[in-house]
Amino acid sequence: MATITQVSEVSQNDYSKHGLTKEILHKILRKMLLLRKFEEKIEELFLVKGLLIGPSHLYLGQEAIAVGVMFALQPDDLTITTYRGHGHALAKNVPTNLCMAELFGKSTGNCKGLGGSMHVAIYPKTGSMYATAIVGSGIPIAAGVGLGLKQQKSNKIAATFFGDGACNSGAFHEGVNLIALWQLPVLLICENNKYAMSTPVEKAVSSPSIAERAHSYGLETKVVNGNDVTSVYVAAKEAAERARRLSEPTFIECRTYKMKGHGVYDKGDYRPKEEVAKWLERDPILTFKNRMLNERLITQNEIEKMEASTQMEIEDAVTFAMQGAVLPFQEIHRYVYAEE
Amino acid sequence: MRELTYADALREALREEMLRDPGVILLGEEIGVFNGVYKVTRGLLDEFGPERVRDTPISEAAIAGAAVGLALAGLKPVAEIMYMDFLPICMDQLSTQAAKMRFMSGGQLKVPFVLRTQYSLGRQHGSQHSQFTPAWFFQVPGLKVVLPSDPSDAKGLLKSSIREPNPVLFVESGLLYRSKGPVPEEEYTVPLGKAAVKKKGDDVTIVAVSRMVGESLTAAKKLEDKGVSAEVIDVRTLQPLDLDAIVESVKRTSRLIIASDDVKRGGVGAEISASITETAFDYLDAPITRVACPDTPIPFSPQLEQMYMPNAESVVQAVDTLLGR
Repeated sequence: MATITQVSEVSQNDYSKHGLTKEILHKILRKMLLLRKFEEKIEELFLVKGLLIGPSHLYLGQEAIAVGVMFALQPDDLTITTYRGHGHALAKNVPTNLCMAELFGKSTGNCKGLGGSMHVAIYPKTGSMYATAIVGSGIPIAAGVGLGLKQQKSNKIAATFFGDGACNSGAFHEGVNLIALWQLPVLLICENNKYAMSTPVEKAVSSPSIAERAHSYGLETKVVNGNDVTSVYVAAKEAAERARRLSEPTFIECRTYKMKGHGVYDKGDYRPKEEVAKWLERDPILTFKNRMLNERLITQNEIEKMEASTQMEIEDAVTFAMQGAVLPFQEIHRYVYAEE
Repeated sequence: MRELTYADALREALREEMLRDPGVILLGEEIGVFNGVYKVTRGLLDEFGPERVRDTPISEAAIAGAAVGLALAGLKPVAEIMYMDFLPICMDQLSTQAAKMRFMSGGQLKVPFVLRTQYSLGRQHGSQHSQFTPAWFFQVPGLKVVLPSDPSDAKGLLKSSIREPNPVLFVESGLLYRSKGPVPEEEYTVPLGKAAVKKKGDDVTIVAVSRMVGESLTAAKKLEDKGVSAEVIDVRTLQPLDLDAIVESVKRTSRLIIASDDVKRGGVGAEISASITETAFDYLDAPITRVACPDTPIPFSPQLEQMYMPNAESVVQAVDTLLGR
């Protein structure tokens, strides 16, 4: 019988039980910093420098989810994600240079500049299979990927990321139903950041909670503090194990918040100031850093080094991206169909 | 040569490709236990088991989406959407996901799958179970669109479609399922993108799509009796469209009629007509004429439906008008 579980905070004593060594915790923090600095740079490139244009949906504030889940997966597990995908891409090891070049629309980007911000998480070499710009549409695709893996008796599993808004799309219901019905090895990661563009969850979701809706499909469901990376990691790790061992899916509702608006140009000022302030105090990186300092798992000096090295990685990526050329226009025809 | 029905020829193609490639799997509504609404998948569940012949819930978006995902995971899915009228329900997966994946991934992704469907114009299925809407997919680069008109092509084109490295929309004609025709026993495929001259002629070119190929061949026979030599070209695929074959024919006949079962406005004929006007205008001696359905939904009444549908007689009339007879 499927249950809904509230995932509790992971105490320091339990770190080793979950495989959270000091080394892994450092790697997790470094990755989160990379995501944060990437997005801060993107925001600057859009709003201050005017070097980037087009829609871009920042992952600021949600870093604990992509990073927590990706560290719980094996490197060759497959992910299907969304247009808010810079964080998923970096967390799933898409090279920073390629991501940045893709956002600049250069042929040196992972999608040769043909995909852009909303598809930057397409890099099958690291298992980052797909990123869709149509809300909800990745879920049926994840069902197919999961079915394919199950049928080929693969040891890999799939994870798909989507927002609270996707939960009201038809594709969500059809896809989730198949995943539950056929018991596919898929992690359904719902990043509930409380708003679909400006529409709050309460004005969009009929059921008492997204988790209860998922549970009604017979899915094992977990609710987790999406701003706490170790909680997300532990929830995803358990879910990944169930998927791999038993081919059973899990739905994880990660409760989180966007630090900024829907897209890079959106100030998000439709949200109550007190609410924003409250969530900024729960900044997943700030809280994780403080916690590791308190637990004496890291020093201020080590954090500063990490910040410097991730910042350097981002600056190098910008240089790489700016040096790249745009794909010659006549070549775009070569990418419509596969030859063999 | 032996004769098979259009449905059995399709079934044989599925079976042979499933035997040839263990990655080929079928999914769709009622395709397994029920043997397919039109029996195209008859017996395949028994032969290949429920993992390779998978019955699905009524979830067209998820059927198409799952086909996309299966293709990404390295399998070769052949999904069935029971009626062409249901394609809009999975349009996002077909047109916005599958068709663009290769492109927007900069060539990293490949999504080889076939989405089989059929249209039932002429079977008294009413406005929502009879539509033929291939022109919608002219607007979707990245898809291949295949429409067989006889059993032999049905088999050969389906085999090629399953071996394609790209997403294929494979549109069958419901009215043709029981029609018989010669089908070679030996292994063969029919390449995508090659139109077929189904009858040679010098006075007028009739470009026909799907069911209208047979009607146009009947028309050509009647025209022969009147001393008019009509050439009938079966497009076989709309993406890619074998424009060269049409131009080559029009250069000889100087007259072009396009016959298809879709609504005339903005339909298949409109696109072919525009392309020929652009590329072969100097060879034309008369305006291009379209034989298609009126710009209304499809009426149920069997009598009205018969009047609504184009047929051999409407092709003959169009030729007569074109030749000023």
